[in-house]
Amino acid sequence: MSEPVAADPLSADVIAKVAKLARLELTAQEADRFARQLGDMLSHFADIDALVLDDVRPMSQPYALRNVLRDDTVDPGLDRDEVLAAAPATEDHRFRVPPIRGVAP
Amino acid sequence: MSGPASDIAMGVRDGSRSAVTVLEDYLARIDAREPRIHAFNVVLADEARHRAADIDALVANGADPGPLAGVPVALKDNMCTRGVPTTCSSKILEGWRPPYDATVVRRLSEAGAVVVGKTNLDEFAMGSSTENSAFGPTRNPHDPTRVPGGSSGGSAAAVAAGFVAVSLGSDTGGSIRQPAALCGVVGVKPSYGAVSRYGLVAFASSLDQIGPFANTVADAALVLQVIAGHDPADSTSIPQPAADLSDVLTEGVEGVRVGRIVDLPSGADPDVDERLEAALETLQTAGAKIVDVEVPAFTYGLTAYYLIAPAEASSNLARYDGVRYGLRVDATETNAMYAATRAEGFGDEVKRRIMLGTYALSAGYYDAYYGKALKVRRLIADDFERAYQHADVLLTPTSPTVAFPIGERTDNPFAMYLCDTYTIPTNLAGHPAVSVPFGTGAGRLPVGVQVLAPMLAEPMMFRVAAELERAVTS
Repeated sequence: MSEPVAADPLSADVIAKVAKLARLELTAQEADRFARQLGDMLSHFADIDALVLDDVRPMSQPYALRNVLRDDTVDPGLDRDEVLAAAPATEDHRFRVPPIRGVAP
Repeated sequence: MSGPASDIAMGVRDGSRSAVTVLEDYLARIDAREPRIHAFNVVLADEARHRAADIDALVANGADPGPLAGVPVALKDNMCTRGVPTTCSSKILEGWRPPYDATVVRRLSEAGAVVVGKTNLDEFAMGSSTENSAFGPTRNPHDPTRVPGGSSGGSAAAVAAGFVAVSLGSDTGGSIRQPAALCGVVGVKPSYGAVSRYGLVAFASSLDQIGPFANTVADAALVLQVIAGHDPADSTSIPQPAADLSDVLTEGVEGVRVGRIVDLPSGADPDVDERLEAALETLQTAGAKIVDVEVPAFTYGLTAYYLIAPAEASSNLARYDGVRYGLRVDATETNAMYAATRAEGFGDEVKRRIMLGTYALSAGYYDAYYGKALKVRRLIADDFERAYQHADVLLTPTSPTVAFPIGERTDNPFAMYLCDTYTIPTNLAGHPAVSVPFGTGAGRLPVGVQVLAPMLAEPMMFRVAAELERAVTS
């Protein structure tokens, strides 16, 4: 078990910005807690700061990416009604969402 | 118990055992202990009974139901099952019924298996104890005051408790091997691309892989052979057939080079280290050659993983937005609807990882965190490659500790992450690894030893695993 590390929390501004990017509504308590916990984690993650990585190629997956093609034939897709039946709201065989820019007051 | 899955399938196929009778044995154990263990999110008793009766009817009519005929199986509840709820143990997917089956589910069915239920997990497979479930924790059958490990804790506990003969889990950073170790069963993380991920709810797509839990190494091999092999529906699926594992289990380890990682990160408890030493001795006695190897970047696995996996997760989980499936919390405009839905639907650990991943990918921090982690990932893969020039397999503990008490680590996320120290580098490299039960440690709780192997070296990995198993069962 690790000793608790006295790390700097992330700033409230950074947490608010990241939450907005992540489309997450955080309570004040969650924002506080994540600021501390993420700060703590990032201080542990500083162990890689000493590594010299200039000439190392990034590795984003176990194999080199390659195109995967198939014959241009029609295969059955998912059933539209079955898929739409799982949606919270639909209209005319489409997904229904609230207005993108909100409703005028 | 009802014996190994291989015995069940053989008996059902030759008509000497009935799939219905086999199933009832397992359902009786579920009735007796499931309320305490909570391995399942849903038990599909009626569906399983119908299915078992169909299997018996096929045999009566002279047909062969397949290599898993009548074998009761459980599926981690992050694998899509058509028309059957698939929750990922998250409120955001509660009640969702997928419109298709995962490839592994289809392959199990085609092999004659009987699906008994969907098992509990840490929400979206994020955790090491199955405590992060929206539906409550799973308990360890060896000691119900302790965790079963995670994130596939329900699948591990279901096999350990005799609720099913075998089960499937998913492993992104150790989520099959660590619960296997803590529950005293065999757990396999196959090579990346060996098993189709089609229909597996994505957590971190470059790391996720489905694999089996079983009571024996042979059963794990049997299930892996059924689920592995190319699938056109997964673009990362390796375009070749599954490896043949049936003959390797009895080959022994004469002349096999087993690597001991001399610079392995410390932190394993003494009782766990003692079992690793015993395993190395066992293999040496059986004719293997123990060699010392260095994997210097192993120690940086934890950092690389906890940047890369949350980064991928933050992207993958963007799809839970209240539009196409699952929970919606209504609002007067879409952005507010997304944010409110995700606030209500995701649990604490999932939110934490989405925040961490979004941060690591955001402008200004990308190079310092995500970009750097990808380079460390390369170092780890390169170090493994060098080590495998001297060794055929590597041996490590699976988990630094035996099963810990429920609640012990829930307040300290980083302490929970340390559970994955020895399992994570395998996922980063994309390699296979297996946890084999190898005796007990503190409190007579199970300890697992991990056999790591190079890409697609499952046959050699299973040879060594089978030797370790012979040593503890003979």
